[in-house]
Amino acid sequence: MAQPQATQKQEALAARLAALRLPASGGWLSLARGLAETRLKDMGLPGRRDEYWRWTNPAALVAPEPAPAQPFDAQDEAPAFDAIDRVKLVFTDGVFDAEASDDPALAGVEVTRLAQAGAHDVHWAHEVYGVLEAAGQKPVERPLAALNSAYATEGVLIRATAKAAKPIHLIYNHESDSSDVILHHCVKIEEGAELTLLESGPAAARSNMVLEVLVADGAGFHHVRTQGRDHDRQAATHLFARLGDGSRFKSFTLTANGVMTRNEAVVELLGDDAVAHLAGAAMGDGDFHQDDTVFVTHDAERCESRQVFKKVLRNGAVGVFQGKILVKPGAQKTDGYQISQSLLLDEDSQFLAKPELEIYADDVSCSHGSTSGAIDDTALFYLRSRGVPERAAQSLLVLAFLAEALEEIEDEAIAEDIRGRLEGWLNRRMG
Amino acid sequence: MSVLDETQTEVREGVDRETVEAVQAMAGKYKHGWETEIEMDFAPKGLNEDIVRLISAKNEEPEWMTDWRLQAFRRWQQMEEPDWAMLKIPMIDYQDQYYYAKPKSMQVKPKSLDEVDPKLLATYEKLGIPLKEQMILAGVEGADQIPAEGRKVAVDAVFDSVSVGTTFKEELKKAGVIFMSISEAVREHPDLVRKYLGSVVPQSDNYFATLNSAVFSDGSFVYIPEGVRCPMELSTYFRINAENTGQFERTLIIAEKGSYVSYLEGCTAPKRDIAQLHAAVVEIVVQEDAEVKYSTVQNWYPGDEEGRGGIYNFVTKRADCRGDRAKVMWTQVETGSAITWKYPSCILRGDESQGEFYSIAIANNMQQADTGTKMIHLGKNTRSRIVSKGISAGKAQNTYRGLVSMHPKAKNGRNYTQCDSLLIGDKCGAHTVPYIEVKNNSSRVEHEATTSKVDDDQLFYCRSRGMDEEEAVALVVNGFCKEVLQALPMEFAMEAQSLVAISLEGSVG
Repeated sequence: MAQPQATQKQEALAARLAALRLPASGGWLSLARGLAETRLKDMGLPGRRDEYWRWTNPAALVAPEPAPAQPFDAQDEAPAFDAIDRVKLVFTDGVFDAEASDDPALAGVEVTRLAQAGAHDVHWAHEVYGVLEAAGQKPVERPLAALNSAYATEGVLIRATAKAAKPIHLIYNHESDSSDVILHHCVKIEEGAELTLLESGPAAARSNMVLEVLVADGAGFHHVRTQGRDHDRQAATHLFARLGDGSRFKSFTLTANGVMTRNEAVVELLGDDAVAHLAGAAMGDGDFHQDDTVFVTHDAERCESRQVFKKVLRNGAVGVFQGKILVKPGAQKTDGYQISQSLLLDEDSQFLAKPELEIYADDVSCSHGSTSGAIDDTALFYLRSRGVPERAAQSLLVLAFLAEALEEIEDEAIAEDIRGRLEGWLNRRMG
Repeated sequence: MSVLDETQTEVREGVDRETVEAVQAMAGKYKHGWETEIEMDFAPKGLNEDIVRLISAKNEEPEWMTDWRLQAFRRWQQMEEPDWAMLKIPMIDYQDQYYYAKPKSMQVKPKSLDEVDPKLLATYEKLGIPLKEQMILAGVEGADQIPAEGRKVAVDAVFDSVSVGTTFKEELKKAGVIFMSISEAVREHPDLVRKYLGSVVPQSDNYFATLNSAVFSDGSFVYIPEGVRCPMELSTYFRINAENTGQFERTLIIAEKGSYVSYLEGCTAPKRDIAQLHAAVVEIVVQEDAEVKYSTVQNWYPGDEEGRGGIYNFVTKRADCRGDRAKVMWTQVETGSAITWKYPSCILRGDESQGEFYSIAIANNMQQADTGTKMIHLGKNTRSRIVSKGISAGKAQNTYRGLVSMHPKAKNGRNYTQCDSLLIGDKCGAHTVPYIEVKNNSSRVEHEATTSKVDDDQLFYCRSRGMDEEEAVALVVNGFCKEVLQALPMEFAMEAQSLVAISLEGSVG
C-alpha cells in the first residue's frame, strides 16, 4: 500500500514543479537551493493520507496553480501595527516594494534582501538558510518548507548584533487575484542581541512562507504576526527556530479568516536555560480552516517551553491543533507546558486536536491540556443579569477566553493592537 | 449497591495496608514463568488456507464458519502490518509459528471437569485459578469475610489453542446465562454467534484482527439474556504453554437489554528466549440499559532484562453500546508482554450510553507498550471517562494513544481524560498521543496529561519509615495507580497491586 502513496506524492511534486522555475541566484544560495531540491525530491509533496495531514487537506497548498482569491477590502480599518514606531518593509504579491518601504538601517540591524544577497560567494545567512529547515525535516517531513527553500523568490535576511532600535515590520500586500508567492526569511540574533519582528497581511492568493531564526546565547527574539483577513487566501507557513543558552523566544500569531491556513512551528531548545513561548489566537467564521502544527524539542537542561493555542470557531469553521513536546534523553529539569482550547460558538464548527508528549528524561515536569466546548451559559447569564447586553457579553467572554494567548505578547502596545483587531472582528462577526 | 460493589469498598479502605503486604509478600521475579510438561498435538507450522481449514475442522465448525475464516485469511494476505505505533517490532515470521496446539489428553473432549487431565488441572491450580466449582479463587486474603454468593467466579480456562473447561456452567444455565468456550458456542448456539461475530470488530478491521478472524482457535462466549444480572463473575484465564505457538483467542460477550455482567481476564506464559505471538479479539455487544464490566490483568511473560523473549501482544477489544443507557467499563492492568499493542474501545451509539476506561500500563526493562482507548460518541448525552496511568522503568517505552471523537449528532457529549505518566530512571520513555475530534459545540471534552518522576520527598518519607527503596517505589507507584486499582474487582485489585510491585523490581538503584 505504501508504494501507490509514494507515487502519488511524486506525481504531485512533478506537477507542482512543472509550474515553477528555479530562481536564478548563483553563489551560496544556489547550493542551498540545490540541497533543498534534493530533500524535496526524496519526499514528494504531502497527500491526504499522510498522518501529519490527517485533519488538513493539503490539496490546495500543493496544487500546481493557486485557486483565485480576491484581495480584501479593509475599508476604514487601520493597518496592523500602525501605531507602533517601526521599520516597514513592504512586499506586494511577493515583490519587494522599495517605494513603500522604510530605510532598513533605521532599525539598527543588518538587513539584506534575499534576491540581492544570494549572488554573493559568502554570506552569514548560509549557516541559516535551509539549514534549520533541513534539521526540521526529522522526524516529520515538511515538504512544503523544502519546496520553499528551493524555490523562494524573495525574502529578507536580518542579522542583529545588538538590541534593535525599532521593530522590523514585514508587510505583505495582496493585490492580484492569482498571485502565488514563496518568501523565505532568515534571522540571526547574535549573542546578547534582541529583535522584535512583526508580520502582517496575507501576501497573496496563495503563499508559502518560511522563517528561520537562529537565536544565539543570551539573545532574545520576539515575533508577532497577523495573517490578514482575506477570505479566499491559502497560506502555509513554517517557522524554524534554534535557541542557544539562556536565550528567549516568543512568537504569537493571529489568524482571522482565510479558507486555508497551515502554520507549522519547529523549535529546538539546544542551549541550557532557554525559554520558548509559542502562542496563537484563531478566529474563524464559515469556510475557515486553520491548523497550528507545533513541534518543540528540548535538547538541553532547565529549558522552559509553553504552547498556548486558542481558537474561536463558528458557522462550520474548522480548527486544528497538532502540538508536540519532545524531551530528548538528558534534557533534565525540562518544564514543558501546552494548552490547546477551542470555543465552538455553534453546532457546526469543529475542533481537532492531537496534543502529544514524547519524553525520554525522568526529571521533568511536562503537562498538556486540551478542552473544547461552547460558551459557558452560567457566565453568560451572570453578565446579562448585570445588565450587559447578550452580544457584548459574548464578546467579553470570547476575549477572556483568548486572553491567555495574548498574554504571550511581551510588548503592551503590540498586544493592544492585536486586542483591537480581535474586538473589531467580534463586532463585525457577532452582530 | 450490589455485594460486589461493597467488597470493592473494603479494598478501598484497606488499600495502603494491603499494598505494603502485597509488596512484602512478593519476592521472586516473573512468577508464572514455569512450563507444564504435557504432550501436545500441533497443526503443521506455518499459515495457509489448509491450516485455516484444519483449525476449523478441529473445532468441528459448520461450513459458514470455515468460509468466514477463509474470507478473513484472504483479506489478511492483502494487508500490511501497521507501523504507526511507537513500537519497534522485530520482523515477525508468520510462517514460523504453530497456529494450533492442543494437549493430547484433550483429543477426546472431557465430558466434565472430573475427566480433565490432572496435569492441566494442576497447571491452573498452580496459577491460582481453581477449576473446581466449590473452590473460590485461591490465595486471596480476607476472602472468607465476604458473603459466599459474592465469591463465586466461573472460569473458562484456555490452554494454548483450546478451552480446557468451564466451571459453573450448570448454575449459570439456570439463570439463563450462556458461558462456554467459543468453539462450543459455534456448535451449540450458531445463530447467536453468526449474528454477532464480527459485528463489533469487523473482519477487515485491522491487520491483527483480520489474522485473528482467520485463525482464532478458542476463547469465551458469554450471553446474558434480557433483564438478567449474572449471578457470579465470569472469567477466562489464558495460558500459553507450548513453544513457537501463537495464541489467537476470540471473546464474544452479548449483554441483552437490562442485563449485567462482570468479566475478568487473566493471562500468563512461560519464560522463553524466543518471542511468541498473541493476537486476540474481544467483541462486546451492550444493549439498552445493560452494563458490562471487563477487567484484564495482562501478565504475559515480558521477556528478560536484555529483551530476549516475551509475548508480542496485539489485541483488538471493542464494546458497542447499541442501546440507550448502555454502559461499559474497561479496566486493564498491563504489566506483561514484550510488546503491547492494545486499545480497548467504546462505541457509544445509544443515547446516554457511557464508556469508561481505566488503565495501568507498566513497562520495565526492554518492554514496549503502546496502549490506550477510543471513545466514539455517536449518541446524544453520551459520556466517557479515561484514566490512564503509564509507568516506565529500565529502558522501556510506554505510550498512551487514544481517540475521543464527538460526532455532529452526539449532542451534549462529555469526555474527561486524564493521562499521567511516571518515569523511573533516565533511560526510559513516556509518551502521550491523544487524538481529539469535536464536531459539535454542546459537547465538552477535557484532556489533561502530566509527566513526572517518582517524587523524592515521598520516597524519602517512606524510607525514613524503614522501607527499602524498592518497597518505597512500589508503594508510591501503587498510590499513583490508586484510581485505576479501585476500579478493579477485589481479587484482581489484589493481584494487580502485587504485580505493580513485581513489575518494577530492579528498576531502582
